Amino acid sequence: MKRIGVLSTVLILLLLSACSTAPRVPHNAPPPIRLPQIDGVTLNEISDPFERVNRFAYRCNRYLDDYLLLPLVRAYRFVLPDPVEQGVSNALDNIGEIRIITNELLQLKFAKAETSTSRLVINSTIGLLGLWDPAAKHFNLRRQEEDFGQTLGHYGVGHGPYLVLPLFGPSNLRDTSGLTADGLMFVTLDPLNFDHNELDLAFYSLETIDTRKRESFRYFGSGSPFEYELVRMIYTQQRDLKISR
Amino acid sequence: MNRDRQTIWLAVLLLALCCYGTPVLAAEEEPYFFPFVNPYAATVMETPQAFQAEVPTEVPVRNFSVQPYPQRTIPPVFWYLDGLPCTLAAQPQRAPLIFIVAGTGARYNSPKMLNLQRVFYKAGFHVISLSSPTTVEFIVTASAAMMPGNLPDDAQDLYRVMQLAWEKVKGDIEVSRFNLTGYSLGAIQSAFVAQLDEREKAFDFNKVLLVNPPASLYSSVSRLDQMLLADVPGGAGRVDLFVHNVMSKLADTMEDSETPELSSEYIYRAARRFPPREDFLKTLVGLAFRLDSSNLMFATDVMHGGGFVVPAGTPLTSSTSLQGYFSTYFDTGFVDYFHEYFFPYWQQREPGLSEPQLIARLSLKEIAPYLQQAANIGLLHNEDDIILAPGEIDTLREIFGTRAKIYPTGGHCGNLNHPVVVRFMTDFFQQEDAR
Repeated sequence: MKRIGVLSTVLILLLLSACSTAPRVPHNAPPPIRLPQIDGVTLNEISDPFERVNRFAYRCNRYLDDYLLLPLVRAYRFVLPDPVEQGVSNALDNIGEIRIITNELLQLKFAKAETSTSRLVINSTIGLLGLWDPAAKHFNLRRQEEDFGQTLGHYGVGHGPYLVLPLFGPSNLRDTSGLTADGLMFVTLDPLNFDHNELDLAFYSLETIDTRKRESFRYFGSGSPFEYELVRMIYTQQRDLKISR
Repeated sequence: MNRDRQTIWLAVLLLALCCYGTPVLAAEEEPYFFPFVNPYAATVMETPQAFQAEVPTEVPVRNFSVQPYPQRTIPPVFWYLDGLPCTLAAQPQRAPLIFIVAGTGARYNSPKMLNLQRVFYKAGFHVISLSSPTTVEFIVTASAAMMPGNLPDDAQDLYRVMQLAWEKVKGDIEVSRFNLTGYSLGAIQSAFVAQLDEREKAFDFNKVLLVNPPASLYSSVSRLDQMLLADVPGGAGRVDLFVHNVMSKLADTMEDSETPELSSEYIYRAARRFPPREDFLKTLVGLAFRLDSSNLMFATDVMHGGGFVVPAGTPLTSSTSLQGYFSTYFDTGFVDYFHEYFFPYWQQREPGLSEPQLIARLSLKEIAPYLQQAANIGLLHNEDDIILAPGEIDTLREIFGTRAKIYPTGGHCGNLNHPVVVRFMTDFFQQEDAR
């Protein structure tokens, strides 16, 4: 599912990347009262050559939210009691520790890797396959957050162009590569033995619903017509920040 | 940061003990104790969790939208807007209804609005929450002039929306009487709505409470403009670089798991993790206002065909990059917008109108004769509200007399979830017919 998403993005990008998104000001338009500050430093330092496609994806994600994801999340929340939902989140997080540990090792962050490994062991056993999180509760082992995009950033890879992925939302070339690599790693390690069972579709669907459930962001919930620009700025800054940690 | 925190809490504890030990205060009314003495800290931090009034975390709400102008073509750049969204929190039985009007730039579901909704729902009211006439959605879908800020016109727009909202829900709820409240800009607009209702009687409001209104719109926006500019190194032209730095600072304080929301509320929320340094807090308030005013300016500009920042006739769609315009709006103070775009617009519609006349008109003083005799209108305010110029609180006291309830601290709307203030608000509306 992840791979298909990434592939189709790349395809659409190739198809549409040539178009410009700059406003087409009519030739005979009188100058506006307020002219842009030419010497002013602008926030537009984030490279976004695929803006047209990105904005299209942003718009699609809004529809995806309205007509698919949020209704699914509502149904999911209606059906399951809150503690069960929490258990699902914990269990998915627990499986995610594998990704986190791998990337901590790749970044030679051994102390963090030790924490995450202890979490995985404790939560998989005492925590009953990760349904509970006793590692955080009783051992004060906090969940770390690492992925291959951060690993690339750690070794000096820049963001590359900004991308809005269908379903996944804001990203950039580096983080999209990271997402693909993490996905491939998951498929290769196959911790849930999907090679020998049919549960993969159910797993990815549940993961998608759970992720959306935990994400409070709503498209155009900010009330700002500049939301695309603001999301781009804040996403980029947050990733930089995570990498520097 | 931790030590600062500790010092604050220690101070809070000491103060709390002092208040507790003073029996005089405990006479009839609950003692009002607010932990932040600095009005900027109060505004940004609001009442700390431990001191907050208890409100239900979730109330049953129904979302609906109204279309005052179904014929209006919404420009493609606002493709995501479809009518004006509102919410109703309905009581199962016959109950009084209260309309709440949001403050500058705030939507019907902003945290302050949710707090008020829950407060009044818990107190037994049907609650209808309305976005501020300064929000993009209101300007585009529900404003007649599409140029908010002219209070009599804002009141007309709001009144129309209220009637449409009531039309939508009246089949489902039983209402005993109507009430109205609003905070900040929503409060001063509510005063004008109340005056309008006095004539038109669509609701015949039982009670109206104005919460932290500006005394004069122009005076308050000038102050808010200054808060940002006072602290920007390199002057106004560098605002967006400055914003960039502040945002990184803010993002730094947010937890990993927390996704940034892009609103003034996010800025406030992030700021709560900062040690309360006044200059920084001041900047944040100014920044939040600038974000809201940029949205407003863009919406009015586009709805009037451009000419302010967007060159006239420029087609904007869902795929047009708005970054360049955004930076320009961000560099524009509301006061500049007022002089260069807002006033000329109203002057064109009313030849002979002068700037001082318009400025004077956008104030509570303008309708003071009405407010002085309107026994059903109350005022809730704070002595140290940062949007008021020195002396303005006394002007308000004069207008409202005994109907003014003014707390010594709380900043601008920082105490709306304080138990004593919540009690005052609900008591105000629960007292039997004022008229």
